Amino acid sequence: MYGLGLAKGLVVTFKNLVMPSRMVAIQYPDRKVGLLGLAKETGTNPLALLFKEPGQALKAMAGMATVSERLPQHARFRGEEFTWYEQRCTGCASCAKYCPLGIIEIVTSESGEQVQEGQKYNIDVFDIDIGRCMFCGLCVEACPYDALHMGSGFEEGTYRRADLVINKERLMKAPKRPSPWFRPQLAAAHFDPHKAKEGQDVEWSDAGRHEQPTLEEQEDKWAKR
Amino acid sequence: MEATVLKAGFDFTGIYGFFDDLLPESLDWLAYVIAAVILGAVLLNAIIISTALYTWFERRVLGRFQSRMGPNRWGPFGLFQPLADLIKLMTKEDTIPEGADRPVFTLAPIVFLVPALLVFSVLPFHSSSFIGKLNVGLIFIIAITSVNTLGVFMAGWASRNKYAMLGAMRGVAMLISYEVPMGLAVVGIALGAGTLSLSGVVLAQNIPFILVMPLGFIVFITAASAEMSRTPFDIIEADSELGAGYNTEYSGIKFALLQLNEFMAPLIVAALVTTLFLSGWRGWGPVPGPIWFVIKSFVIVLLLLWVRATWPRLRVDQIMGFAWKGLFPLAIINIFAMAVEFQVLRDDTTGALTTGDLWIMAAANWIITIVSLAVIANVLGQRKLRRPEPVPSQLANMFADRPAPESATQLSGEVD
Amino acid sequence: MPIKTEPVTINLGPQHPSTHGVFRLRVTFDGEMVLDAEPIVGYLHRGTEKLAEERNYVQIVTLTDRLDYVSAMTNNLAYVRTVERLGNIDVPERAKYLRVISAELNRIASHLIATGFLLDELGAFHTPLVYCFREREHILEMFEMLCGARITVSYMRPGGVLQDAPEDFWPRLDDFVKTMPSYIDELEGLITENEIVLARTRDVGIITAEQAIAGSITGPVLRSTGVQWDLRKAEPHEVYDRVDFDIPIGSVGDTYDRYLVRVLEMRQSVRIIKQCVEQIAPGPVRTAGPFVIRPPVGDAYDCTESPKGELGFYIVSDGGISPYRMHIRAPSFINLTLLREMLVGWKIADLVVIFGSIDIVLGEVDR
Repeated sequence: MYGLGLAKGLVVTFKNLVMPSRMVAIQYPDRKVGLLGLAKETGTNPLALLFKEPGQALKAMAGMATVSERLPQHARFRGEEFTWYEQRCTGCASCAKYCPLGIIEIVTSESGEQVQEGQKYNIDVFDIDIGRCMFCGLCVEACPYDALHMGSGFEEGTYRRADLVINKERLMKAPKRPSPWFRPQLAAAHFDPHKAKEGQDVEWSDAGRHEQPTLEEQEDKWAKR
Repeated sequence: MEATVLKAGFDFTGIYGFFDDLLPESLDWLAYVIAAVILGAVLLNAIIISTALYTWFERRVLGRFQSRMGPNRWGPFGLFQPLADLIKLMTKEDTIPEGADRPVFTLAPIVFLVPALLVFSVLPFHSSSFIGKLNVGLIFIIAITSVNTLGVFMAGWASRNKYAMLGAMRGVAMLISYEVPMGLAVVGIALGAGTLSLSGVVLAQNIPFILVMPLGFIVFITAASAEMSRTPFDIIEADSELGAGYNTEYSGIKFALLQLNEFMAPLIVAALVTTLFLSGWRGWGPVPGPIWFVIKSFVIVLLLLWVRATWPRLRVDQIMGFAWKGLFPLAIINIFAMAVEFQVLRDDTTGALTTGDLWIMAAANWIITIVSLAVIANVLGQRKLRRPEPVPSQLANMFADRPAPESATQLSGEVD
Repeated sequence: MPIKTEPVTINLGPQHPSTHGVFRLRVTFDGEMVLDAEPIVGYLHRGTEKLAEERNYVQIVTLTDRLDYVSAMTNNLAYVRTVERLGNIDVPERAKYLRVISAELNRIASHLIATGFLLDELGAFHTPLVYCFREREHILEMFEMLCGARITVSYMRPGGVLQDAPEDFWPRLDDFVKTMPSYIDELEGLITENEIVLARTRDVGIITAEQAIAGSITGPVLRSTGVQWDLRKAEPHEVYDRVDFDIPIGSVGDTYDRYLVRVLEMRQSVRIIKQCVEQIAPGPVRTAGPFVIRPPVGDAYDCTESPKGELGFYIVSDGGISPYRMHIRAPSFINLTLLREMLVGWKIADLVVIFGSIDIVLGEVDR
């Protein structure tokens, strides 16, 4: 009958109004909670909350209490800050060569270390300009020593464009929680940078494919004296 | 003081009486003026604050329909959101386009707003809670709601903007087409109630008129939401076609007034429908009359919101076709049925209808409603809801067992 | 006395809520009727084809993400297939299945956007749009699991895909396949029999099969006119010949048929994904090869069925690390050939709806 289609549409909208499973909005960064929600978050009884912290409880009942909320991210998310291990980096600049935008700047100098394998250079400048980066991950894909990894955050906004250039000091001081993107060793260890707590950083020896071979192993592989 | 107010049932005229007693005889007119100012101020504030709260409510409920929260950040549950909107609009620059017609441009929001507020002045909120004691309340309502047509045209014309002009023209065409069914639906009410005054209509509804004349209800609520340009008839402010229609060039407080009118519209429709069809302030139990009025209006407001969240909008020629070919015949059928029943059933001495008569009319009218809706729908509507069975074209079919054509001329030629 | 009227020419300017991006349409109206419509494109031109001459073959994958930014996986697929054809690179079986799964997921995502925006242009106050985006979130979360990004995926490489799917991807995909058909039913309940949608889209903007073929239209627009032509069946590639699916076609060629073909294609995509999940076997996902590919001198053209139509890449190689020339056959751009014929004679309100039903993405039109 003419008119039933309209009624069906109304039923669909009504269903979405009343079914709580359809309310999927994630209120990032703060979620408003009522009294029961606040009690659940702090793990206390709502009545206890009412008596022990009346101010908070009243605020919650008025709909003004907030609880911080994170977006659900997968471990493999290609984030904005990078994780760099100075112990692994040799200054080969493969990442800089492979970047489609050319935003990585590397300046190295002679160091005289491990000259037989091609020398692990001293890194003077290692700048990544995340103001122009598209977080494609080709630099991470290119690194032969697994020294550079993708980060996992997305809240790197600053007030000045110049602050968006990540330099070597910042990379060295940053917590080492790399994303398992394109790093099968980290993925096999089920490392999740979003759930890792303070102090659960990944050591440089666990962060990639190779480990530091001993002199005997190198002699075995390359040249016998 | 409160006891007398409650006993008198929120008697507005009591305020006049209070001042009349207070002041000496020679200053009677002053008592009248003071009473009018107080009542007017109270009513204006009440309406405007309800409209502001209604904006909050609409955004929250539409958000819930759309699997998201509405605004909930400012203030408890987001209740300061209308205040934030108001502050934003007040602090915006009040621009007037260079070639615009300045007096008309400035007057248009006022021409919009004032009739909307005037409608509330004749609605009865309780047995003696109304401001304007008109005994032609019905005609007053129809007349005053048609003034916003003029406002639309003034806004579109004075903006000196092609988009605004186009939007305004379409809007005016739609608005004047929908006044006719609205007026005709009201004729049915006048017949059923035997009087043109609104408090008389409420008092005559021993059964709510929605049961007695469902066809009139359908026609009225459709025509009224079109008059107030709510979805599915909101081509006036169709924001997905050609900018924003007649309010493209407005900003600042003038825009705030236009938006106030837009959000007051569902409240007006709800209040009118409640008074005319849902027996206004009459209810049962200890709940006072105005609370019943608010509850019933709330239900209608929710219905209008539900419709707004779900249905897309019609094209302007379809809207006018619907008004003239759909609602107009239905309104005529309604009047005819009501007139015949009134003539047959009325008491020959007093000319009034008893409750029993109303039940008989209800029964007959429901049958007439269903039959006429079915007939009009099948005449107007699209009978073919099923799409015809698709036939694969012979022009380029990757499953056909024949070699691909060499040149384009073979495509339109013979077919295997 | 006859009233003198005069036609009005306005710009449906580059910034407009209903043109899917920065698209300019110069329309001439007489009252409500459209007399002429001239599309003016180029507001999003970023020089993709020229940039490709400066980048090597893997870096270009990141460029192709941004062409049809709504369905990045199919762009990657078309490009990567062309490079493989040029360089004679093999692809392992598991990679082919993963490619087809990603491409079909992207087809569903793109059609959800097309349907949502069509309803938005019809005026349904964003409710169906938000529902479609809510379902698209599931797909984007799955893409995040596969490759770390939701829209600019860069998932495929010449020789396979970048990395294998994590273990929590498969249960998620199973859930999606189970719940999506009921969601499509709900969407259809909201839209397909809605009388207002029927009144607005039935018999509006009709093109015939002859016109469509003469204008090189491909994709759902072509299939809605009744022509049964889909590259997934006409030139089977990847594993499309090993899965079972139908090609929905339309009967009249109007806006409603274009909407309906997309909804039916969504259902078929779910079917394909279900069969791929059953058929996939463990194995490598990328053929080992040099980091920087140097295909031999020559040229190649390969195409795939993107949600908008036939997306093809033509690459000329001179033996170096970058292409000598890359040309992109963008379906959205070519589907705009018939825009004038489709729009003339209809009303303003129909204009936006017909334009939206072609479903173009400006990233592809302008490249």
